[in-house]
Amino acid sequence: MNPIAVADKALFEIPPLDYSAIAPILILLGVAVVSVLVEAFAPKRARRPIQLVLVFGALIAAFVDVVTLSGLRTITASGSIAIDGPALVMQGAILILAALGAMLMAERLVDPSGDAFAARASALPGSEDEKQFTARGYFQTEVWPLFLFSVAGMLLFVAASDLLLMFVALEVMSLPLYLLVGMARRRRLLSQEASLKYFLLGAFSSAFFLYGSALIYGFAGSVNFGWIADAVSGKTGQNALLLIGVAMILVGLLFKIAAVPFHQWTPDAYQGAPTAVTAFMSTTVKIAAFGALLRVLYVAFGGLRLDWAPMMWIVAILTMVVGSVIAVTQSDIKRMLAYSSVAQAGFIMVGVIATSAAGLSSVLFYLIAYGFTTIGAFAVISIVRDSSGEATHLSKWSGLGKKSPVTATVVALFMLSFAGIPLTSGFIGKFGVFAAAIDSGATWLVIVAVVASVVSAFFYARVIVIMFFSEPNENTASVVVPSAFTTIVIAAGATVTVVLGILPQPLLDLVNNAGLFLR
Amino acid sequence: MSSFPWLTLLGVVPLVGSLVVVFLPKAKALLAKQVALAFAIVTLVLTVAMALQFQADSTAQFQFVEQQSWIPAFGISYAVGVDGIGLVLVALATTLVPIVILAGWKDADNERGSVKGYFALILVLETLMIGVFAATDVFLFYVFFEAMLIPVYFMIGRYGGPQRSYAAVKFLLYSLVGGLFMLASLIGLYVVSAQITGHGTFDYASLVGLDIDPFAQKLLFLGFFFAFAVKAPLWPFHTWLPDAAAQSKPGTAVLLIGVLDKVGTFGMLRYCLPIFPDASSFYAPIVIGMALIGIFYGAYVALGQNDMKRLFAYSSMSHFGFIALGIFVFTSIGQSGSVVYMVAHGLSTAALFLTAGFLMQRNKNSALISDYSGVNKVAPVLAGFFLIASLSSLALPGLVSFVGEFMVLLGSFQRYMWVGAIATFGIVITAAYVLRVYQKSMTGPLADGLSGMKDLGGREITALVPIAALTIVLGFFPAPILNVINPAVDRVMTTIGASDPAPTVPSASVEGNGQ
Repeated sequence: MNPIAVADKALFEIPPLDYSAIAPILILLGVAVVSVLVEAFAPKRARRPIQLVLVFGALIAAFVDVVTLSGLRTITASGSIAIDGPALVMQGAILILAALGAMLMAERLVDPSGDAFAARASALPGSEDEKQFTARGYFQTEVWPLFLFSVAGMLLFVAASDLLLMFVALEVMSLPLYLLVGMARRRRLLSQEASLKYFLLGAFSSAFFLYGSALIYGFAGSVNFGWIADAVSGKTGQNALLLIGVAMILVGLLFKIAAVPFHQWTPDAYQGAPTAVTAFMSTTVKIAAFGALLRVLYVAFGGLRLDWAPMMWIVAILTMVVGSVIAVTQSDIKRMLAYSSVAQAGFIMVGVIATSAAGLSSVLFYLIAYGFTTIGAFAVISIVRDSSGEATHLSKWSGLGKKSPVTATVVALFMLSFAGIPLTSGFIGKFGVFAAAIDSGATWLVIVAVVASVVSAFFYARVIVIMFFSEPNENTASVVVPSAFTTIVIAAGATVTVVLGILPQPLLDLVNNAGLFLR
Repeated sequence: MSSFPWLTLLGVVPLVGSLVVVFLPKAKALLAKQVALAFAIVTLVLTVAMALQFQADSTAQFQFVEQQSWIPAFGISYAVGVDGIGLVLVALATTLVPIVILAGWKDADNERGSVKGYFALILVLETLMIGVFAATDVFLFYVFFEAMLIPVYFMIGRYGGPQRSYAAVKFLLYSLVGGLFMLASLIGLYVVSAQITGHGTFDYASLVGLDIDPFAQKLLFLGFFFAFAVKAPLWPFHTWLPDAAAQSKPGTAVLLIGVLDKVGTFGMLRYCLPIFPDASSFYAPIVIGMALIGIFYGAYVALGQNDMKRLFAYSSMSHFGFIALGIFVFTSIGQSGSVVYMVAHGLSTAALFLTAGFLMQRNKNSALISDYSGVNKVAPVLAGFFLIASLSSLALPGLVSFVGEFMVLLGSFQRYMWVGAIATFGIVITAAYVLRVYQKSMTGPLADGLSGMKDLGGREITALVPIAALTIVLGFFPAPILNVINPAVDRVMTTIGASDPAPTVPSASVEGNGQ
């Protein structure tokens, strides 16, 4: 295996592309370009309706395409893109959750002065310009092309079977998100700070990923996962390039899933971003990043399990424990959910560490279950408001159970699901990953996970306590009546949470039949 | 065997009742209570109808069996059925619910939560209690086991005393911690069953026959036992109980301590012993030690309580010590006695908490014993019921708790003389604290402010009479429940491979129940 020969070969071959297999990605990218053109040429009034039609049309078309591809298991683009069962499941889930996220972003009734985004992102926060723009009812539609590019990046991210392509997908997914995070209409300084932090740390982690890829190329002579796997199994001795490369790639991916100690951006970004964007990115990015992490660990470095497993154990334990413990101290519900998402990432990692078919399918189930619960929870947060905007401080939720019993009950359902109480989707998810982990011998990891779940149950239960067992006071927020968009999202989140808790079999069949990654 | 889905029907009736109650208009509080009571009574009638068809001499372990695949990917099915033990506990639950509804008629008036909400929660809880005793799929059991927390949590947290929130959260967290360890064991059990048989299962009958490696048994046992020891609760996992009991409405406390906590001891007998026989005998000395400490610790702390509800909670803890002792001495008399004791304790707890509740309602909700004196002068009927309840709690011969306690002690003596001897002293302290409460509150000069106290009304007497009647009737004639319990206990004994020690004196077997 002469590296140079390999590189030459890759250089001079035109990669055959299976266009039908990557059609969902192409649809989104194509529509995203159209969407940019709409921004440039369509009259101001017409942009929003056109954009909404484009976005939902593209998402639906891509989803239908993913469904029609469901039986497909193929590798295309010279082994750079693997359209296999897990990739298709994740693409489908990302598309549905993205559609729900888009509905939240399209919501215009909950904020009296418009949608969730700044009237004009370029106007200085607090300036006269900003007031003018707001007063004149300006709103931005640039979010839609950004959104579409990001979703396209995610679809590619879960299918990328090549470190370079994976890096490209990572950036296509992340760059629009950095912008979206900074565009909140309210508390704009907080939002911009969040955006900058997310961007800087994200750029760092991308650099780690890229550097790691370079080292792996040095080791294997290729960035293709299949090649790397062969190179890994061919080597007998320790190789510093390989190990350092793996570690750096993992840093890049663990950043995206918000694992400790790479989680620092999470609370700020989740809190500062417009809630609709938080809902969107906390669910879809989680799926995409876990998809990539799984593929890297299972396909490229599956032969290296004994080497990465200890590191992943430590990170998983840290993630679960730190996430749960810090979440206990939070008084802002968005920050609390951010730390909760850190802890949940730890639970999902338990399934990743199992390194088995059961581990893979249980992680897929968990991600989907978690996605719907999370998007529902953030949707509810966006409609609990007071005069200054969203009432995210937990003290403002006291007595909500009395003031708005239906909303509070739905929140309670989401919290119970996060806590992993039976008959909710969160329970089946936890059950699956824990069972897979014990089966692969990670019994102690599961015991730690169980202890962390207990701690996490505390802060989830606290939200319920605050809502139901405190009396409403003058600070208690009220629930505004949203448009059909947000209502659909909340209803979908709650329905899926319950249905997957009681009748999980269809989805279990789906993820079990998805099979393994192709290489 | 009838194929009629009795148990599902039993579970569905209260659930439907709770839905009906929830959708009644808020203003119709009285109607909500009546509807709730009606549904509870229908459930009780159905239970009696079912129990009459129960065949005590059947060779099948479970009767009224239903099985329906639920989540085949994890080997989970909806499977229910009862043996004698399950049957009497289901009957205990369905008997106490209408009584609690009747006794708690005014409990939810002028409370933070709505009236209909309280009664709807009771009915939901009834469904879950029936489910937990009837489940024959370990996963299904776990689901009911955990789901029970939710209605109780709300019953304490919304309708409880001044520190309700603290007590509710403490209760929830303790139970969740226990439950999650059980979950870890449950998953472990599933994985072990998958490794032994090739496909994982939660079916109780399949799990009992598994030959699990002794070390794995010991680990898995701990998870289950911990959950049950928190639930029951055994020393030292009991600290949530006094708070929960003190902050609950009397009716909530009755369902919580009288029925829910029995799930802990029921679980030990139904799950820990048969599925993990080696581990059970390995840990038995420790559990017996915990039980003995619990008997004395609970009784000793009860002696020092001035709050009636806390006192009853500690006394219950002492009684749970007896129940656990009976289970873990591995004699058929001991285990039968434990089951009888579970029923008896349910009845005596109900009597104590409800009578104390009636008493407290008449004096500004004070639970302090020092606030009462000479009540029997103004409310003789109330004092009379309080006396019956107290005597039942101290296991006076002729009352059902005596049957249970005596059998437990007898079973302990059979296995370990000294354990029985030590436990017997617990009875003395029990008598001391129970009689002290009665003496201080009911006898003596009438306390200030109690002179206008009314005696029990018709509704309250109606609620208490069935408990008192059952306590006395079953005390003199325990055969109906012993006849259904004994075959079930014998099956447990056979499963775990334990046999009664040969009696040195041939007449050691009581009431013809020994083997």
